[in-house]
Amino acid sequence: MSQNDLVDTMAGLVLFGDLGRPQLAEAAHTFTEEAFPAGQRILRQGFAGSGFYVILAGEVAVRIDGEERARLGKGDFFGEMSILLGEPPTADIVAIGPLRVLQLGGPDLEAFLKRHPMVMYRMLLSVARRLSNANRRRS
Amino acid sequence: MPHGRTVLSPAPRPDERPFPPGDYPVVVVGSGPGGIQAAYTLGRLGVGYAHISADPVPGGMFRRFPFFQRLLSWTKPHAPQPRGSRQYEWYDWNSLVGEERAHQAVMPELMDGTSDFPSRPEMERGIATFVARTGMAIRHDCRWESTRRDGERFILATSDGEYRCDAVVFAVGVAEPWKPDTPGFDLVPHYVDTRPAETYADKRLFIVGKQNSGFELATGLLAQASRIVLASPRPASLSVNLHSLGGIRARYVQPWEDSNLGNGVFILNASIERVERVPNGFAVHTRRSDTGEPFAVEVDEVIAATGFQCPLRDLTELGVTTFGQSKLPSMTSWFESATMPGIYFAGTIGQGVAGLKKFGIPSNSGAVHGARYNARMMARRLAETRFGVAIERPIVAPADIVDYLVEEITTAPELWNQKSYLARALTVDADGAMRDAGIVPLADFVDSDGPDGVAVTIETNDKGDIYPIAYVRRGGRVSGEAPLDPHPLHDYRDLEHRRRMADIVAPLLGQG
Repeated sequence: MSQNDLVDTMAGLVLFGDLGRPQLAEAAHTFTEEAFPAGQRILRQGFAGSGFYVILAGEVAVRIDGEERARLGKGDFFGEMSILLGEPPTADIVAIGPLRVLQLGGPDLEAFLKRHPMVMYRMLLSVARRLSNANRRRS
Repeated sequence: MPHGRTVLSPAPRPDERPFPPGDYPVVVVGSGPGGIQAAYTLGRLGVGYAHISADPVPGGMFRRFPFFQRLLSWTKPHAPQPRGSRQYEWYDWNSLVGEERAHQAVMPELMDGTSDFPSRPEMERGIATFVARTGMAIRHDCRWESTRRDGERFILATSDGEYRCDAVVFAVGVAEPWKPDTPGFDLVPHYVDTRPAETYADKRLFIVGKQNSGFELATGLLAQASRIVLASPRPASLSVNLHSLGGIRARYVQPWEDSNLGNGVFILNASIERVERVPNGFAVHTRRSDTGEPFAVEVDEVIAATGFQCPLRDLTELGVTTFGQSKLPSMTSWFESATMPGIYFAGTIGQGVAGLKKFGIPSNSGAVHGARYNARMMARRLAETRFGVAIERPIVAPADIVDYLVEEITTAPELWNQKSYLARALTVDADGAMRDAGIVPLADFVDSDGPDGVAVTIETNDKGDIYPIAYVRRGGRVSGEAPLDPHPLHDYRDLEHRRRMADIVAPLLGQG
């Protein structure tokens, strides 16, 4: 995917929905596009130093101690909790089929979010929604 | 035909080149370091192959680049380990890895001693010398043109005819110049078409791209250009800050310093929207990444240091999926196409296998000191899984396990040159014996449900600490990591580290 195509794709993802084209171009150059075959772990439970990922195509399973808890698809993102808390991930993220993602190294996330506060706001909304859903399941 | 005259044309010379078109177990395409390392390993394992290359001589990209004729990767003529030893490879990033003394540490012999970074001609000569000393044959001037399937096999159409094979290794580099389709980029040359430095004397220069190729050009043209602007959308990063080779290398930092001091170099974070000709050169229309404001720069020359793509020809139509701007193939951890089994990759294309990328640090697969080990590992895997070649996995006696592992994390070049990417693995066999499983992709060890075992590697965190780390697999799962403390001189053979390693492997020996 060329940088221009990638910018177009990113423009359609909720996380980047508030960015103008110059900011999207900057984001497209900041993230790295990566591909994983089916079955490969992308985040590993208990491993330090993981990154932040946004799914461009494909689906992943969220597994805790080998048990599947959820699935994520195009536009979803993962890895931010571990980076923000400075702790290893509490779940494995495993590619269900061929997967294409945008990747950002953990140490780069803070600076990226500070450069793009609206991405941070969208991320906050998503995390709040996940927390609310988790609380609802518990009650 | 004219009467009474015989028209003599010279008899065609017999083609004495090796590997004529025909049927082979494997075909290796490309005569850069990756292809040569892969072919060498296949040959040592007794796997039949044909080795073809469109180039007239060995060397790959080093026949032309780097543009300013000095590599970014060093070879230390004097190192703590003797030349020719496996451990010396840690300090020699540019030699291919051989199995006999004459095939090892070729590069330091050829360097003139003025720098520990070889010149481009020295590197090209190093690759040719390796080929000559190993007696490897390569069919040069034979261009791979297209590919098709024949059942489970492959047919490669080339300029010399058809090759049929069970497996193919493509080592064709990330070598095709790429420019974005931004309006006006057709007017400007790519990095590969940069002219001799003196032709930029007194010119106002605009370089599109702030990766190493952009900074290499800026460094090489500092003494010539009257002003240099470097621009791309994202801020540039320095390797010394990233703790990896992922950023701008130390050799190319001078333009950065000049920019910081206001000395005629300007580094912009801006996307390029359009380039147009104006009476005195070009107008480059940008939009700043931070404010979104338009900003135009008038210059005499523009160069697009915008990267390269894999020249994979028709492989995508055959079923090889690619990703990213560089069109890297999607691969398994063993460098086999994830979507077209039987097609393997070597050389810089190996960058497509991300590995664990812990703390955002990428592999060194885009450089010889990473790619040579990837190629060797891939060839061994190919030989074992497709041709039944027995790869030796010697037993390590229980009393020797800790010694062996601390020696590996202290001296193994594979672990130090491909941190958090390659690992030394020991696995427990059905009889309970611990076997040396060799150098393996760390991602494969931690993600596959193989036998119980331990893999050790070297890692760097975001603070720049370098330390060994062990991953223990039990019951088909690696559930965590076991880091060892850093050592000021990276020597983990002391009592403290040996005790820690003994604790880590104890459960595998029935002692936990």
